[in-house]
Amino acid sequence: MSTVVASRTTRPASPGLRTAFVAPVAGTAAAVGVWWLITTVLAGPESLLRAFAPQSAIPAVGALATDGVLVTDIATSLWRLVLGLLVAGVLGVVTGLAVGSSALLEQGTRPVFQFLRMISPLAWAPVAIGVFGIGHRPVVFLVAAAAIWPIVLNVVAGVRAVDPKLTLVARSLGATRRETLTTIVLPTVRPHLLTGIRLALGIGWVVLVPAEMLGVTSGLGYEILNSRDQLAYDKVMAVILVIGALGYGLDSAARRLLAP
Amino acid sequence: MGTVALAVNGGVRRYGSHTVLDGVDLEIERGVRQVVLGPTGSGKSTLLRLLAGLETLDDGTVARPDDLVTSTVFQEPLLLPWLTVRENVRLGGRYRANRDRFTDTHADALLDRVGMAGHADAPPAALSGGQAQRVAIARGMAVRPDVLLLDEPFGALDPATRAGLQTWLRGLAEADGLTLVLVTHDVDEALYLGTHVAALDGEGGIGGRWIPEPSEAPGGHPLRDEVLAGYRSQVVGAR
Repeated sequence: MSTVVASRTTRPASPGLRTAFVAPVAGTAAAVGVWWLITTVLAGPESLLRAFAPQSAIPAVGALATDGVLVTDIATSLWRLVLGLLVAGVLGVVTGLAVGSSALLEQGTRPVFQFLRMISPLAWAPVAIGVFGIGHRPVVFLVAAAAIWPIVLNVVAGVRAVDPKLTLVARSLGATRRETLTTIVLPTVRPHLLTGIRLALGIGWVVLVPAEMLGVTSGLGYEILNSRDQLAYDKVMAVILVIGALGYGLDSAARRLLAP
Repeated sequence: MGTVALAVNGGVRRYGSHTVLDGVDLEIERGVRQVVLGPTGSGKSTLLRLLAGLETLDDGTVARPDDLVTSTVFQEPLLLPWLTVRENVRLGGRYRANRDRFTDTHADALLDRVGMAGHADAPPAALSGGQAQRVAIARGMAVRPDVLLLDEPFGALDPATRAGLQTWLRGLAEADGLTLVLVTHDVDEALYLGTHVAALDGEGGIGGRWIPEPSEAPGGHPLRDEVLAGYRSQVVGAR
C-alpha cells in the first residue's frame, strides 16, 4: 500500500517540477496582465472598466475585509452551500439507491429526471421565494435543486456497477437484504458518490451566487449587487475575485478529500 | 452412516422451457464429501445453489433444516476488492445470522491454516488465482458451516495449482471432518476428493453413484474408466 502511494506522489513531481510550478504561475501572471491591459491601457479615461482594474480591485478586497463585511458574507454563503449540499446529498443518495435498484423506477423516472435536469435551477427562483419567503431557505433550495442531479446520476451508476456475483457471495454467507446493502452495495457506490459530491459542489457554488441576488440581504451574491448599488465597482470586482478564489479552494479541497 | 444434513427429493428446476433438473434425488450425510459430477450445462451448479438455499425448486423438495448453516465457494474467488484479505475472511462475521458462531480469532486462525496469514493485510488484487481461492475457502469456512458447498472451485486455475489445491483441500476436510458438497466436471478430481460421487446423466437426473476407495493422489483411480465411460455416453446423450 505504502509503495503505491509513494510512487504516485514522487513520479509526476520529479521530471516536471519546474513546469509544474512555473507554468501555472506564468499563466496566472499572463491572465492578470490581460486583465490590466483591458481595464487600464485599452479602456478610455472615462470608461467604467477602469474601476475593475487589478490595482483597484485587489486593495478593495482588503477594504471589504477590514469592514468585516467579507467574513460575514463568506460565512453566510458557505453555510448556505453546505446546507444545500446536505439536502441534495440525503435526497440524492436515497433517490439514487432506489432508482438504481429497480428497473421499473429507472424507466419511470428517466423522462422526468431528464426534463428537470435541463431546467436551470434559477428558473425556480420565483417559485422558491414564493414558497419559502425571504432568507436562507430559497437559496438553500436552489443550491440543492442544482446539486441533486450529479449525486442522483452517480449513485444510480454506482448501484448499476454492483457485481451480482458479490451479492450472491453475501447471501451465501447468510446476509439479509439490508446487510447486503451495507457490505456490498454501499462500498461499490462510495467512489461514484464521491465523484457526484465533487460535481455537486462545483455546480452548487456556481448557482449559489446568482441565487443570492434574489430575495436575500447577505452573502457574496448579495454583496455584488450591494456594491453595484453604491457604484463601488472596485468592490464588485473584489467580491468576484473572492468568489473565484473560494471556489478554486473548495474544488481543490474536494479533489483531495473526495478522491475515489 | 451419519445423519442426513441436506437432501433433495424429486427436485425439478426449469429455466423457461428448458428443464435443467428433472427428478433429482440426493442425500448428503454429515461428514461425507459428496461430489456431483457432470458436464457443463448439466445442472450441477443449479443443484448446488438449491442446496445453498440461493434458488428454489419448481417441483420436489429440499430438506434443509432451518438451523443448518451452509456457505458457498464459487468458481471465481469473488473477494471484495475494497477489503483486505483478512477483512474478506471476516466478512461473514458482519452478518447477524453468524453472530453466535463467528469469532475473528477463528477467522484469523483459518487464514493461517490456508497458508495466507502472511498476506492478511494485502488487497485481493495482489494475490494469484490459487491464493485468492484459498482465501475464498477460508471465508466460507469462517462462518463454521455445517455443509461447505463448492462450485467448481478449482475450475479456473492452471493444472499444477489445481492439483496442489485438491490435495490441500482433502487434507483440510479429513482433518476437520468437514461435510462438503463439491460440483465438478473433472472425473479425476471427483474420485480423488469425494467419499461419495454422483454423476448427473445430462437429462436432469442422476446417472450413477459411486463410493470410491480413497486414492493417494489425483488421477489414475481404479473407477476412472467406469465413471468416464458413463460420462462420455451422457455427454453424447445430452445432445
